Amino acid sequence: MTKFLQTLMDGIAVGSLYALIALGYTMVYGILQFINFAHSDIFVLGAWISYTIAVALGYAAATTSPPAWESLLIILAAMATCGAVGFTIERLAYRPLRKAPRLNVLITAIGVSLFLQNVGQLKWFFGTQPQRMPAVLDDRILGSLAGVQIHSVDLIGAATALGLMVVLDWLIFRTRLGRAMRAVSHDIAVASLMGINVDAVISFTFVLGSSLAAAAGFLYAMKYPGLNQPAHATWVLLGLKAFVAAVIGGIGNIRGAMLGGILIGFIELFGAAYLSPHLRDIYVFSILILVLLVRPTGILGKPVAEKV
Amino acid sequence: MSPIARRFAAFTLLAAGLTACGGGGSGSKEAATPPPAAPAAGNAQAAAAPSGDAILIGHFGSMTGSEATFGQSTDNGIRLAIKEVNAAGGVKGRPIAIKTYDDQGKSQEAGTAVTRLITDDKVAAVLGEVASSLSLAGGRVAQQYGVPMISPSSTNPKVTQIGDMVFRVCFLDPFQGWVEAKFARENLKAQKAAILYDQAQAYSKGLADFFKDAFEKMGGTITTQQAYTGGDQDFSAQLTTIRGTNPDVILVPGYYTDAGNISIQVRKLGITVPLIGGDGWDSTQLEAIGKDAIEGSYYSNHYSFQENRPEVKNFVEKYKADYGKVPDGLAALGYDAARLLFDAMNRASALDGKTLAAAIAATKDFNGVTGSITMDANRDARKSAVIVQVKGGMPVFVTKIEPPK
Repeated sequence: MTKFLQTLMDGIAVGSLYALIALGYTMVYGILQFINFAHSDIFVLGAWISYTIAVALGYAAATTSPPAWESLLIILAAMATCGAVGFTIERLAYRPLRKAPRLNVLITAIGVSLFLQNVGQLKWFFGTQPQRMPAVLDDRILGSLAGVQIHSVDLIGAATALGLMVVLDWLIFRTRLGRAMRAVSHDIAVASLMGINVDAVISFTFVLGSSLAAAAGFLYAMKYPGLNQPAHATWVLLGLKAFVAAVIGGIGNIRGAMLGGILIGFIELFGAAYLSPHLRDIYVFSILILVLLVRPTGILGKPVAEKV
Repeated sequence: MSPIARRFAAFTLLAAGLTACGGGGSGSKEAATPPPAAPAAGNAQAAAAPSGDAILIGHFGSMTGSEATFGQSTDNGIRLAIKEVNAAGGVKGRPIAIKTYDDQGKSQEAGTAVTRLITDDKVAAVLGEVASSLSLAGGRVAQQYGVPMISPSSTNPKVTQIGDMVFRVCFLDPFQGWVEAKFARENLKAQKAAILYDQAQAYSKGLADFFKDAFEKMGGTITTQQAYTGGDQDFSAQLTTIRGTNPDVILVPGYYTDAGNISIQVRKLGITVPLIGGDGWDSTQLEAIGKDAIEGSYYSNHYSFQENRPEVKNFVEKYKADYGKVPDGLAALGYDAARLLFDAMNRASALDGKTLAAAIAATKDFNGVTGSITMDANRDARKSAVIVQVKGGMPVFVTKIEPPK
């Protein structure tokens, strides 16, 4: 029972982070029909920027956590920075290719990803050493339930992730801007004829997706404070799993990405706990294959009729 | 060119330029290396200036990547030895020059690096690697081309089994596993031990097996053996299982990045027993990542900078003067490997691969910083080990353990 509850909690904590990253993949795909492979690097950037800010604020050696508003400042600064990076990438790398074949954009995305990874490990950015993220969130044991310790970091992490998803859901389905995004996603040409500023909507999508990834990066660094160097293979794998979450949920579908993220978290951690811990990646990718076989459009995705 | 195409071209150019300088900064295969002629010129002012063409030696190591301090420390040690030998007149009257390639901690890169060193740069001998799996990759290439290679610190037995061109100056994992078991049984009075090893590293798996053997022979029990893959971030499933078996110590025979991450989660789960590791923990980054979680844990190592031998004191002083920090075991072994190589070069009648390898194999009672080195029939060194404990963010000398007679 202890093991089950512990795994359930870890599943929610990790799954909500996958969901946050998956949202960025799914939003860009929904609007531009291509997979932004540089998205996982924005997530890494979010984690490392949080680290850099926390160290600059002097929390590397601190024994106590900063007041809540300062932690909030760190996460917001990371989100803003990554939002700006996402905006710049779209502007410089993807917009010039808007009318090019999708394959060209895909290759560019891989290029941007490699670019970010290599720049990230330069001396004057983050370097090649793994680092310890300072504890800017108060990590205390809130209580224990049937032998399972409930850590405040896990709780805050999952709550922040879920909160951000609720805000995003509201933004997309209840505001004018969200309606514009949905319109652009439906048909760019018609949306532009209807007087929607397509360029602005697309830029906004990138900013939004990137800042959500940055928030995930911050929360990830809180849960796993030993940060691997920016170009480490672990990060790539994490990004891939978030991408799998988006595909399983139905790529292009916002609520599907959230569902897929939580699902992947559960599959990974329950597999690790009850089957074998070192095959955890295999469970995730097996589920991907299974879903693609049974329901190629994902759980919440709509079937598309291909024009021949 | 249309405006869009022009803008795209500008961006790709910019990206290419930045990636290129990114490569030069730290991501590339070539770490800062003086051109072959530079050492000769630099030594012109030295008292006993060596003359003639430089003898080029190669080093391949993880200058970047998650084990970056391994390659960097080793390189520092090697360069210190070169500086000394050149100041003292060089080898056979010729200065020594070095070329370093970064293998980023990846085995395919290690093979490529050694091939390049031998075929392009025509080095007389190769030094490297720290990680056993990378020495296995590089060693095969060196053996194939008949160029001697000395690994400063690969402890897996398989490394020197490659063939007669591959040597090492450190002890082996069967011994290191035995040392850790002996320390756990006798000094820590541990009855039960759990093991959490890296299934992707020959070093880690080997050390886990040798520890298990020795620990059980000494009357202890292994409660569980769990595996992870290097770079994993979440160890909760393995650690929850380990916690359930109530061990007295946990052996974590991986590298420092993972060991630091594991220690954090060990303490988070409320496990209070000490962790034990091997020489793969030897990096200042271990304490930087583990912080309070790693305090009080132990690891076996090749030497301690706190040892009271004159060789150690002399080396620590010179290293500090050059690099502004205390040398770790990998720096000491890099230094010893390079000095042993120069000693063999001086004794050898010629510098071709066969003759040089024979001279290295004949090394007897070489006085190194990490102890006295004699090459045995398997091209391995038989040496003592130390146990250090992390205290106040520093590895503190605990005890020295001699090989069994």
